[in-house]
Amino acid sequence: MNALEVNQLSVSIDGKRILNEFSLSLPKGEVHAIMGPNGTGKSTLAKALAGHESYMVESGTATMDGKNILDLEVDEISREGLFLAFQYPIEIPGVTIANFIRAALNARQPEGEDIDAVAYYKELYAQMERLGIDKKFTSRSVNEGFSGGEKKRCEILQMAMLKPAYCILDETDSGLDIDALKIVADGVNHMRSEDRGILVITHYQRLLNYIVPDRVHILWDGRIVKSGDKSLALEVEERGYDWIKERLTAGVES
Amino acid sequence: MTVNKKSEFLSEAMFDHFLERHTELPKWLVRQKKKSWAEYLDLPAPTRKMESWRFANVRDLGVDGFRLADPVRELDANSLIEQTKSIQQTAGKLVFGNDDILAEEPISAELRSKGVLFEPLQRAFTDHSEILEEFFMAQESALGSEKFTALHTALNRNGTLLFIPKNVEIELPIISHYWAQGQQTAVFPHTLVIARDNSKVTFVDVYRSAEVDAAQLACGVSTVYADPGAKVEYHYIQNWNEDSLSFNRLTTIAQRDANIRAYGLNLGSKHARSEGHTVLDGPGSKAELYSLAVAHANQEIDQRTLQSHNAPNARSDLLFKNALQNESKTIFSGLIKVAEEAQLTDAYQTNRNLLLSPTAEANSLPGLEILANDVRCSHGATTGQIDENELFYLLSRGISKPTAETLLVFGFFEEVLGKMSNDELAEFHRERVHRKFEPA
Ligand SMILES: Nc1ncnc2c1ncn2[C@@H]1O[C@H](COP(=O)(O)OP(=O)(O)OP(=O)(O)O)[C@@H](O)[C@H]1O
Ligand SMILES: [Mg+2]
Repeated sequence: MNALEVNQLSVSIDGKRILNEFSLSLPKGEVHAIMGPNGTGKSTLAKALAGHESYMVESGTATMDGKNILDLEVDEISREGLFLAFQYPIEIPGVTIANFIRAALNARQPEGEDIDAVAYYKELYAQMERLGIDKKFTSRSVNEGFSGGEKKRCEILQMAMLKPAYCILDETDSGLDIDALKIVADGVNHMRSEDRGILVITHYQRLLNYIVPDRVHILWDGRIVKSGDKSLALEVEERGYDWIKERLTAGVES
Repeated sequence: MTVNKKSEFLSEAMFDHFLERHTELPKWLVRQKKKSWAEYLDLPAPTRKMESWRFANVRDLGVDGFRLADPVRELDANSLIEQTKSIQQTAGKLVFGNDDILAEEPISAELRSKGVLFEPLQRAFTDHSEILEEFFMAQESALGSEKFTALHTALNRNGTLLFIPKNVEIELPIISHYWAQGQQTAVFPHTLVIARDNSKVTFVDVYRSAEVDAAQLACGVSTVYADPGAKVEYHYIQNWNEDSLSFNRLTTIAQRDANIRAYGLNLGSKHARSEGHTVLDGPGSKAELYSLAVAHANQEIDQRTLQSHNAPNARSDLLFKNALQNESKTIFSGLIKVAEEAQLTDAYQTNRNLLLSPTAEANSLPGLEILANDVRCSHGATTGQIDENELFYLLSRGISKPTAETLLVFGFFEEVLGKMSNDELAEFHRERVHRKFEPA
């Protein structure tokens, strides 16, 4: 029950099937990593779970702590506790980071009640400091003109402020220099908790040296074809994906 | 209960009744009014065939059912005055209700000793007739509202005179709030700002209705003179209720090296017609013209602008942004006119429309008329919808769709709001926009 459970989920875009009876169980308290070649459906999984309307769910289920999320609206899924750190964060001209995160927090308050502004800024500044984001960013427009690394840090900032039950980090490590990678990993590790499940999508084993996963899954053609512990990531790093592909075509089950 | 005598409706018989009621008006003004009333009766009503009324729903524009306003009751007056307190840091304030003065916060003794005048027109018509006889309604209409301007001249009896002598700088804004109250009430607000050489001032006109659902007619004129080197920032906030019909004509005239910044906010009225004529009369003068509008339900907001470049080396920059919901409609028609002698003109004009509903309608008619040969001019118009990716991003953070849309509209408006140098005024604009997005 205390898990993000995806069962036999098939998702298509424009009639093209991307996720193919995909299943995954992410219990609270654990960190899982998903790796896989370009275009195999990692971001599709993230966006479909977040409720993006372009992604057609054809069959299967997805529940969070037992609650079906496939019928919910995008904003409802978020308020239920799912957070998606975007692979490509969106620029919102004219909306400041401070107002944006505040609106997201207010959306979680009872109708007509707003969060306390003083406490809000106190926490915002503290989290920004932890993530090495300059205070000046609060009054900048969301992601507008941010460097790649700044955008990724800002995703983690939002996650830290919203404290979701389940987090999906879609290539949060790409575009980060080594110092930023450590800071972001530190930010994620700080959020590891018994009450939270974290799914890290990445291409690089390097990240997993800093965020050590409980499980590693390999996604191929819209489904998980191999799972293992953190050593699986090392193996992928060394041997690439071809050996998995070869084993798959040879009909060997993992 | 008020008994509406037939003679109070804006019909032919009414004008004599108006003059009988307002014996305080000086003779020179009565003469001008009689002339204007005759003109008003003479001039044709707008038709769609007229270029200056293209796209407008001219059937909305009848004024016959409106009547001369009754005075606001004292109890109501107190509440209206109370509602004008959101902008606290001001150098002076006038509050009008149905064209009568309800409250005055005069300018400081120091400013008065320097010769600054900030007076209700009703007094100024007599006390400062030398200024009013020269400047009151001295500008022609250039954008099509001649008939309504004539009606204004005939029936106006109050408003604001702000006169700033040479070299006087006023830091805090000066504000006039104009209220309309009562069913079928007609009001005729007027603002006249004269900023003499090298003076500096920020002036704000706020137009509001006491009730949310009483049809009212507002027919207003504002004129801003910026003499050489003067710096004038002018705001108008059109927030009449959404049963109302409003006309507003703004003329701004910049002399040598003068600097004008105008910010408009159009939120109210069932049908709002707003005309803005900017005259760059002196070399080196500069005008920045910004406007924001939110239209919803079946509102129609019709804005026409003219940037007249009469002198060389001047610059004008116009940016009008509209957000449209439901079945609403906006019209932006803008013309840049550059005279032959206005070499080295820089003139720009941009209209951007954000459609929040597939049934909203944004019309854009940009135009250029250039007689000089060495100029830089451009105009552009865009109409688009909310970006799906931006919306998804906001929703994915748990923000509800209406709030997300509001945030995106504010993001769209920030390009203008962010330019305002006075935080309290910017906040006032924001607050009025927010109100509009609150469920009724
Ligand atoms: N909106 C869309 N419209 C059409 N095709 C899409 C859309 N989104 C994804 N796809 C296609 O679906 C497939 C999977 O894309 P997805 O972004 O999920 O891959 P990914 O595993 O995240 O790849 P990467 O490692 O490059 O980020 C790709 O072939 C992609 O082109
Ligand atoms: Mg991806």
